Amino acid sequence: MSTLSLTGVSRWYGNVVAVNDISMALGPGVTGLLGPNGAGKTTLLHMMAGFLAPSRGTVTLDDEPTWRNPDVYRRLGLVSEREAVQGYLTAYEFVLASAKLHRLPDPAAAARRAIDLVELESAQDRRIGTYSKGMRQRARVAAALVHDPQVLLLDEPFNGMDPRQRLHMMQLLHTLGDAGRTILFSSHILEEVEQVSGTVQVMVAGRLAASGDFRTIRRLMTNRPHVFAVRSTDDRALAVALIAEASVSGVELDPTGLTVRAGDYGAFTRALPRIALNKGIRVRQLVPSDESLESVFSYLVEA
Amino acid sequence: MSTVTWITARGLFGRRRFLLLLPLPLVLLGLAVLCRSLGVDPRNWGPPVLVGLGLAVVLPVVALIIGTGVLGAEIDDGTVVHILTKPLPRWQIVLPKLAVATGVTAVTAAVPLYVAGVLADSVRLGLALAAAAALGALAYSAFFLALSLVTRRPVLLGLVYVLIWEGLLGNFVSGTKVLSIQQYVIALADRIAPTGLLETSVSVPVASVMTALVSVGFTVLAIDRLRSFSVAGETS
Repeated sequence: MSTLSLTGVSRWYGNVVAVNDISMALGPGVTGLLGPNGAGKTTLLHMMAGFLAPSRGTVTLDDEPTWRNPDVYRRLGLVSEREAVQGYLTAYEFVLASAKLHRLPDPAAAARRAIDLVELESAQDRRIGTYSKGMRQRARVAAALVHDPQVLLLDEPFNGMDPRQRLHMMQLLHTLGDAGRTILFSSHILEEVEQVSGTVQVMVAGRLAASGDFRTIRRLMTNRPHVFAVRSTDDRALAVALIAEASVSGVELDPTGLTVRAGDYGAFTRALPRIALNKGIRVRQLVPSDESLESVFSYLVEA
Repeated sequence: MSTVTWITARGLFGRRRFLLLLPLPLVLLGLAVLCRSLGVDPRNWGPPVLVGLGLAVVLPVVALIIGTGVLGAEIDDGTVVHILTKPLPRWQIVLPKLAVATGVTAVTAAVPLYVAGVLADSVRLGLALAAAAALGALAYSAFFLALSLVTRRPVLLGLVYVLIWEGLLGNFVSGTKVLSIQQYVIALADRIAPTGLLETSVSVPVASVMTALVSVGFTVLAIDRLRSFSVAGETS
């Protein structure tokens, strides 16, 4: 059981602050690090993995600093986002080299076990250069897992994977988390985090915006007011009918159509077709106008 | 063979960049053979071919390509992370890489220099050139390896050092010769096999001490820089 602790960690580049005063402790289980692109997730992961010195604050793995301390890699594995592999090696050679560099007592067995874990046996003797993106990713995960680390950090591990590979990777992370490993993976896609982890750390603009149980945060996210752009054959009549709905908290009428604010996402989307049908109005367009992740996150920051 | 050595060698010979090494030594060999077969007086072709081409161009440029490649190429494409996420003291990464760079440079430069030396004067000169070139390979490799960790443009800076500092300034400002690996190599080769073909103002003790200092100093620097290796500022 290992704990990765961050205390008041900041990192700036010149006068750009990439990570701003983050404190967290990661224990066994799977944790998702969620945030839009540019939020500072990669910078934070690099500091956790000892590849970047914090400008302020400390990053420790079981009370040992990760910066300038190669010994932490006995207990820590990293799968970086950058898809860099020695393409001239086969997956087996690649993972075996990792095992040897870790000075494992039986590198061949460890390499086979890690390749087994990511289900890459059938392709293990092909050069990595010939792999698909998802396969390369799995080869890198195998190399990071070869010494059975207590802590595994993955930066955007699901990028470029097809749904089946994604599912398999999620199961793998679950298995490792259930076995008492500390797993942290970053993602900018809400659904990925939802499926894998119970605990999330949400980063926005370098800060830790929310942290805790995913369902609670998800409820906050779904219960916030949603904004929709609606166009129909009779906007004014539709507006009158909509404002009578309990789920609707506001309607705005302008020449391009309606802007509807709904307090309850589900109730509103169920009510709209019924109302339109009753009134004989045809809805031409229904677009959620604030579904971008950034708006979800900024809502969270305000909450 | 250590795993780091193996990966480094695979990386070096597995890239096309390696083919860049071949033409220079071949030109050196070709010129030496041509001059000898045409019966040109070695006093006329020895200095330009042995020093002007062999020690001033072939050795440093080969060392530059390999020395900046053994670690620099991995830093460029990001694969260095795989080696760095291992519980290895950083000297166990730098030293094998330095050994590969020195070895490959020494062989690539020393063999044609040996042949050219034999053709110009004697087996003794050939051996002297080869031995001095091997020592020079170590100093150059340590320098260029460290350079690939201190700057993002090691090849450019290395070329500036070889062409401007050693090549140009060395001819006009004699003081710069004290900080020129090329001059150390000439001094050492001339000490092992005194002929009229090699000339330098740097004394043998200075050359020996400076070669050792450069080799050790830049190796230590490289190890320290690798210890604080930061993954470059990707903030996404």
